[in-house]
Amino acid sequence: MGEPLLDAVLSILIIVGQILLIVVPLLLAVAYLTYAERKVIGAMQLRQGPMTVGPFGLLQPLADGAKLFLKETVIPATSNKVVFILAPMITFTLAMIGWAVIPMGAGLVISDINVGVLYLLAVSSLGVYGIIMAGWASNSRYAFLGALRSSAQMISYEISIGLIIVSVLICAGSLNLSTIVEAQRGLWYFIPHFPMFMLFLASILAETNRHPFDLPEDEATLVTGYNVEYSSMAFALFFLGEYANMILMSAIASILFLGGWLPPFDIAPLNWVPGPIWFILKICLVLFVFIWARATLPRYRYDQLMRLGWKVFLPLSLVWVVLTSGFLVAFDLLPN
Amino acid sequence: MQGYLAEYLPILIFIAIAAGLSLVMIVASMLTARQRPDSEKLSPYECGFEPFEDARGRFDVRYYLVAILFIIFDLEVAFLFPWAISLGTIGVFGFWSMMFFLFVLTIGFLYEWKKGALEWD
Repeated sequence: MGEPLLDAVLSILIIVGQILLIVVPLLLAVAYLTYAERKVIGAMQLRQGPMTVGPFGLLQPLADGAKLFLKETVIPATSNKVVFILAPMITFTLAMIGWAVIPMGAGLVISDINVGVLYLLAVSSLGVYGIIMAGWASNSRYAFLGALRSSAQMISYEISIGLIIVSVLICAGSLNLSTIVEAQRGLWYFIPHFPMFMLFLASILAETNRHPFDLPEDEATLVTGYNVEYSSMAFALFFLGEYANMILMSAIASILFLGGWLPPFDIAPLNWVPGPIWFILKICLVLFVFIWARATLPRYRYDQLMRLGWKVFLPLSLVWVVLTSGFLVAFDLLPN
Repeated sequence: MQGYLAEYLPILIFIAIAAGLSLVMIVASMLTARQRPDSEKLSPYECGFEPFEDARGRFDVRYYLVAILFIIFDLEVAFLFPWAISLGTIGVFGFWSMMFFLFVLTIGFLYEWKKGALEWD
C-alpha cells in the first residue's frame, strides 16, 4: 500500500465521520421534533401531550419508532413493487442530503460548494419524485390523487421560493451559503426583506406539505394521501423525510434571513456563545412557527391554495426582485 | 482529487450513506417483523369497496397546465440566479436586459391569467 492510497482512505474516513456527525443528531432531532410538536400542540389545546412512556413522555418517539419497525411491510398486490419500495427511500435520502451544504458555523460545513443555494433548490425540487412515485406505484385512488395534489402544490411554491431566494442573492452577491451568512453581519436580511421573509415562511409550509397547506394528507377527503398504502418502515421513512425536510427548510430560512450562526448583536455576552448554538436556536424558532401554524390555522381549500401560490406569491416575489435590484443598481449599493 | 470537484466528493458519500441507511432500515424491518400477507391485506384501500378499476385513470388537465407553467417559471428562476450574483459586474445594461426579459414573461403570465389557466373551481 502506497502513501497516497492511505491518505485517500483516511480522508474518506474523515468525511464519513463528519457525515455521521450530521446524520445521527439529525435523526434524533427528527424524533424529538415529533415529540415537541405533540407537546406544544397539547399545551396550546390545554392537554398534556404524550406523558406515559418515560419521564414526561420523553421516550415516546423511541416507542413509536420501535412500534413502526416491528410492523408488517405490506406491499399491495397490484402495485409496482420496485418503485413502491424505492419511493420512501428517495424521499428519505433527499431529505438527508440537503444537509451536506448547510454551514453549522464559520467553516463548519461538510461540502462548501460555491453553488450551495442552487444545490438546495435542486434537492428540494427532486423531492417531488418520491411523492409522484409513491402515488403512482401504489395503484390506489387516494394515493394517486394525493400525489397529484402534492406535486402540483410543491412545484407551485417552488417558484415563489426561487424568486424570494433571488432577492436575497442580489444583496449577498454569492450562491455560497457561508458567504450569504457573512454578508448579513450587521443587518440580517429579514429586516430589509421582511415581506419576503413572511412569504418564505408561508411557502416552506406549502413546500413541506404542512398545515395549513397539508391538502395532500387531507384526512377528511383523501385519508392520508400519497402514503395511504404504506406501512411499517416504508411509512416511517416518509414520516422521517417530512420532518427532516421541515428542519432543512428551517435551516435554509435561518441562513437566508436570520443570519445563520451570527449572534443577534456583536457584543460581549452574546458573541461568546458558539455559532452552532445560535444556528440551532434559530432553527428551533422557525420550527416553532411550523407547529404554531398547525395548532392555529384551519386547512386551505385546494383552489385557495393554488390561487395564493400563483396569483399572490408569484407576482409579489417577482415585484420584490425588480424593486430590490432596481434600488441597489440605482444607488450603486451592489456587492462586488 | 484536487480543486473544484473535490468539494463534491463528500456529497457523493453523503448520498451513498443516506441511501444505504434507508435500505437498511426497510430491509431490517422486513426481516425482523413477522410477514403474513393475505389477499385482503394486499388489495388497495378504498373505503371497504372492492376497487372497481385501475386507479390510474384520467385526471384534471389543469395539473398539466401547472406543470407547464412551472417549467417556464423555473427556467426564469434559473436565469435569474447567475444574473443576481453578477449584477455588480454587468451593471446597468445587465439590469435593463433582465428587466426586458421579465417584462416579456410577465405579459405571457398576464395572458395565462386572463385566459383563466390559473383558475381552480
